[in-house]
Amino acid sequence: MTTYIIRRLLLVPVLLFGVTVLIFGMLQFLEPDERVALYIRGDPKSDAQVDAFIKKYCLDCPIYIQYKNWLIGTLDSVTGEREGGILFGNFGWSKTGSQPVAQLIARRFPNTLDLTIWAVTPVILVGIWLGVQAAVHHNGLIDQAARVFSIVGTSFPSFVFGLLMLMIFYANLQWFPPGRLTDEFNQVVNSDQFRHYTTLLTFDALLNGRIDIFLDALRHMFLPILTLSYISWATFLRVTRGSMLETLRQEYVTTARAKGLVERDVINKHAKPNAMLPLVTLAGFTVVGLMGGVIITETVFDYPGIGSAAAAASAQLDVITVLGFALFNGLILIVANLVVDILYAVVDPRVRLS
Amino acid sequence: MTQIKPSGDNELLGADVAMREITRFEQFLGPENYRILQGLFKTPVSIAGLLLILFFIFVALAAPILAPPVTPDDPYKIPRDGFKSQPREMGSEWTKNVPEIPFWYKAVTGKDEWVHLFGTAQGQYDIYYGVIWGTRTAFKTGLAVVLSTLLIGIVVGSVSAYYGGIVDNILMRIVDVLFILPGLMATLILAAVLTPVIGRSILPVMISLIAFGWLGYARVIRGDILSIKERDYVLAARVIGAKDSRILFRHILPNAIFSTMVLASLDIGTVTLSFAALSFLGIGVDVGYADWGQVLAFARNWISSLNTYWYIIAWPGITLVLFVMGWNLLGDALRDVLDPRMRGKI
Repeated sequence: MTTYIIRRLLLVPVLLFGVTVLIFGMLQFLEPDERVALYIRGDPKSDAQVDAFIKKYCLDCPIYIQYKNWLIGTLDSVTGEREGGILFGNFGWSKTGSQPVAQLIARRFPNTLDLTIWAVTPVILVGIWLGVQAAVHHNGLIDQAARVFSIVGTSFPSFVFGLLMLMIFYANLQWFPPGRLTDEFNQVVNSDQFRHYTTLLTFDALLNGRIDIFLDALRHMFLPILTLSYISWATFLRVTRGSMLETLRQEYVTTARAKGLVERDVINKHAKPNAMLPLVTLAGFTVVGLMGGVIITETVFDYPGIGSAAAAASAQLDVITVLGFALFNGLILIVANLVVDILYAVVDPRVRLS
Repeated sequence: MTQIKPSGDNELLGADVAMREITRFEQFLGPENYRILQGLFKTPVSIAGLLLILFFIFVALAAPILAPPVTPDDPYKIPRDGFKSQPREMGSEWTKNVPEIPFWYKAVTGKDEWVHLFGTAQGQYDIYYGVIWGTRTAFKTGLAVVLSTLLIGIVVGSVSAYYGGIVDNILMRIVDVLFILPGLMATLILAAVLTPVIGRSILPVMISLIAFGWLGYARVIRGDILSIKERDYVLAARVIGAKDSRILFRHILPNAIFSTMVLASLDIGTVTLSFAALSFLGIGVDVGYADWGQVLAFARNWISSLNTYWYIIAWPGITLVLFVMGWNLLGDALRDVLDPRMRGKI
């Protein structure tokens, strides 16, 4: 187990180096005067100033010096302050957001996290439950419905589904609006009376004792969660069903049945734990995917998370901002992959022994 | 038609193996390819998939007849009937910039004037044109991207598996790194970086889809080759003194890439979806380019009145769903046929 974890940990620096090189490489498509935004706040005022900045931050220097500066930044010769340096959280200046990229991420991320927390149960647990039902009633009604659903589900893109939901539940019925909050509650949330304990809106609303704001936030999250569930169910269904059928066919399950065990115990105690193994990875990646910002769903429902911010920035070709989001996403994913892999080894002894 | 016993003239086997007529066609294709082809025509699901794809091929080929371009130099530009922002309903009259009327029009609709068959979107873009010409865009991007990714994947995968050692290690670490960012995110950022460099067209998104699309194939091909390398017939070829290149190209590759190639051709649906999704987000092509995602994006400013303007999402939406579903249905049938456990059953 320890060797496995150590070997896995050794991969992290390689991946970190790879991702930074990848993103730094994409930055090289920009002209030096555009890359000035990595180091300064706000827009430079004149061409002469831009030239001065290029010189100061060595933006036409050899690549390796630029890479070093990009990673750890440079120290201002007068004030001694650090400028730039992604390792210190300076991702540059976002033109479209008119604020530092890191600040934009910090503002948007709680919303994405909030959505993730509320989406986990319907997306993952219900998906797995459906898959188990389909396998247990193999070729039965649920199974057939599940099959049709998984074919339709993989062909029906989330943005078409999302627009359809908006048409029905917002334009027609006025039940679930897009966005984050109703305007009047938005004012309350931005006022001084509302205290931000966790920065997660739904939890803050509860802690402030504002049930109405809490419900309004949930109302706005309903359609995004529905869309996310719809996208992931097809996958969860297929994987759970396949894994469960495979397990139910194994001999130890037949043994358990032959011993006269109740079918419920055969399924819940003998088959399920083994069938759930591949789902650890899938569930892990789904959560990570949600945390990294679901680009399309957030955009369709105008939800102010990091996915929609990244999409908006790239539609306006604000490369510095987009790459900042990519970097953030990459870092989350490297850590999360590590956690998922180790978790898998903990659950499945075969992995750590091989 | 000739009659051939399935296993030569062995009388003993003949009793166990049912006699079957083998047609010229089957002889020409070989038993394995024939079985795969037959599998595609067997279930209603696969036939439905096949019909859908054939239908879209027809639409793509007949696009100039179905929707005669107003600007023949650039047929992918959706014609506009004025510049008003308010979308207009289906069947409303075409006032400015009327395209020439094709021969089938009067017989089908019974009208003399060309109307907006599917209505117009914001800015008076004609939705019907977007849907028809968008079919060509879908095939074009899908085919180009899948062929390129497959080629790159095969080259990288075979080089990696064949040379092994440090080459393998470096190539696979590159794949690992590129795999970290989720597909859509990676494509999105590369497209955003490339667009200012090469300008707005279908190219930035296509290049980005290719750049991150070959990873999966490279891994699969590499794995397949590694496992086939160990088979007895490869050993046999080596024993009789076949050259390395002959072993790789004649014995290993044909066995390793066949299933991947077939499956890759079915990724066309997925690629089309990604392309449409990025267009929908406003990345890649210019506003007004005939592409399904682009037409769907017109609905984004009219969310609160979608009950009136439902046709903006309905037509391109249905088309996109059917297109992708066609490939998926076909893919499902093929996957069943290609499953090694199905081999030998016709």
